[in-house]
Amino acid sequence: MESLIAPLLNGTADGALLLIAALGLALTFGQMGVINMAHGEFLLAGAVCAYWTQQVVTNTDLSILLALPVAFVFAGLLGLLLEVTIIQWMYDRPLDTLLATVGVSLGLQQVFLQLYPSGVPVEKPGLLDGQLDVLGYAWPLRQIFTIVLAGICLAGLGALLRYTTFGRRIRATVQNRALAETLGIATRSVDRLTFFIGSGLAGLGGVAASLIGGTNSQLGTRYIILAFLVVVAGGLGQLRGTVIAAWAVGVVTAYFADWTTGSLASVMTFVLVVVFLQVKPQGLFTVRTRGLA
Amino acid sequence: MSAAHADRTGTTSSLPALVRRRLGPAQPWGSLVGIGVLALLLLVVAPGVLDDFRLNNLGKYCCWAIVAVGIGLAWGRGGMLLMGQGVYFALGAYAMAMHLTLESAGPDGVPVFMILYDPLAPLPGFWEPFRSGAFTLIAIVVAPLLVAGVLGAAIFKRRVKGAYFAILSQALAVALAYLIGGTIKLTGGDTGLSDFKSFFGYDLADPVNRRMIYTIAAGVLIGCLLLVWQLYRSRFGELLVATRDAEERVRFLGYDPANIKLVAYVIAAVMASIAGALFVPIAGIISPKEIGAAASILLIAGVALGGRASLFGPALGALLLGYGRSTLSERYENGWIYVLALMFIVVTLLLPEGLTSLPRRAARLVTSRRSAA
Repeated sequence: MESLIAPLLNGTADGALLLIAALGLALTFGQMGVINMAHGEFLLAGAVCAYWTQQVVTNTDLSILLALPVAFVFAGLLGLLLEVTIIQWMYDRPLDTLLATVGVSLGLQQVFLQLYPSGVPVEKPGLLDGQLDVLGYAWPLRQIFTIVLAGICLAGLGALLRYTTFGRRIRATVQNRALAETLGIATRSVDRLTFFIGSGLAGLGGVAASLIGGTNSQLGTRYIILAFLVVVAGGLGQLRGTVIAAWAVGVVTAYFADWTTGSLASVMTFVLVVVFLQVKPQGLFTVRTRGLA
Repeated sequence: MSAAHADRTGTTSSLPALVRRRLGPAQPWGSLVGIGVLALLLLVVAPGVLDDFRLNNLGKYCCWAIVAVGIGLAWGRGGMLLMGQGVYFALGAYAMAMHLTLESAGPDGVPVFMILYDPLAPLPGFWEPFRSGAFTLIAIVVAPLLVAGVLGAAIFKRRVKGAYFAILSQALAVALAYLIGGTIKLTGGDTGLSDFKSFFGYDLADPVNRRMIYTIAAGVLIGCLLLVWQLYRSRFGELLVATRDAEERVRFLGYDPANIKLVAYVIAAVMASIAGALFVPIAGIISPKEIGAAASILLIAGVALGGRASLFGPALGALLLGYGRSTLSERYENGWIYVLALMFIVVTLLLPEGLTSLPRRAARLVTSRRSAA
């Protein structure tokens, strides 16, 4: 029983982490059509924030809670900076955005490498050290923390998009930019704020990631491609597909890893997602349009 | 877009535009002269001027340039951003590396790294055919043909394109790098395959033989350029550009864009595979590091730098980047990454047509000044 349930729970936690990373992408890629390859490095920035707050606030429990807003704002500001300096000139050239942000990603990784050549050692908070007994499997509290965090991010983002004025503006801008402008929406500031929030979410993901694995310069690279695949497989323009896809990828990888090795499991998951996209190229759920593409 | 449009409408009337048309790089026979000059430089001048070490390095850049020519065809003219050419590079490279490893191990021998893990290990079944040189050479061409053919048909028929395609192709490169890294007993894992002693009977320690392999690589690069030059002039080349710019219109005209893209994709894949195969004896090692996401991105970097849609841009960009990679990264290891990062940003932001568009841009600037005056 334990061997069956362990991958499920571990995979759910991995999926939750992936979801936080993917939510930000779902916003910037899914809603705005911008491909930000530096999104993974914003995750890294979040992890660095977790480390920084620990340097200031020594109580590990308190510092991790403080790290969340710090990471959100820091990664968000990085994203804002990226939008203002580079991305805003390229909204009509998605493939070029991809290339330019690849450059940003390389640069940020190198900055991190020079600042912290051996990664940042984030102390695990004592409060989250325990385990929860689930049907005979000791489930680490840190994983539950990640899942709760993902749930909060999801609920927050969903509520923001659905119920607030700002969310309505985002959706209006996405659906028809020209019409939104004629209605008096300042689409440029909507773009910037959307980018801020999307990147900030990556920062939150970084804090969660720093609690689970080691934090080195490759943290972003580890998640970015899979997170993109999750967004695409979930279908653009809505969040529920992303949630299901992230969870499925996390759990399936965990079961594969249980049977074989970690690296082979990643290969199998990649192949599975690619095959899935063959069957449903538009992803799980599609927002119907009359366009030809 | 707007500049190209203005250029097109201006050609019929204005004299400077006509002159530019005669002299400009769009002139097909002028390009042929350019290929000739490049051939002269790579095949005659370089071997005469450079020492063995540098020539060997130039051989490596030539391999990257061959991949770049293929990417230029598929991306610059076809609009398919190939972010995972490492996959096809790996197909050729590992086919060649397996053959060379077996050649070094001798008849009925087992590669050294396998004996290290298990002295009694039998040779895995998929290695066995690579004992034959002929099979290896055929596999280097046929394997990418099949893989790219099946994969490309599946992807393009389902109308996966743009960014989706780019992400998907990179995911495949990442997956393959993981796969090879994770199967250390079968493929050498992250350490890769190295220590090749001979190349189809030629001793690899002999500088004369190494020069011969360089000549092959440079020759293949020239051959690829000639092929692409011919393709760009052909109706296929026009269709490819049309598919890039207005896929739906091409479909409405009765062509299947999927087939057009597929052909370009497969050609690019075969070029990458051949380049990988030549890279192995030149570099002396192949490992997942040369094929993963980062390596695949470096392959694109040269194309973007040189100018993706031009004939010479991809190859020249890749040669330049290869040179920068080995000289700068030797001296300033950290600085080189920043240069690379900045290059990506600056080129895509300010110079999307690459360095080879600079002369044309300058010419356009001069003529527009003159016509204004």
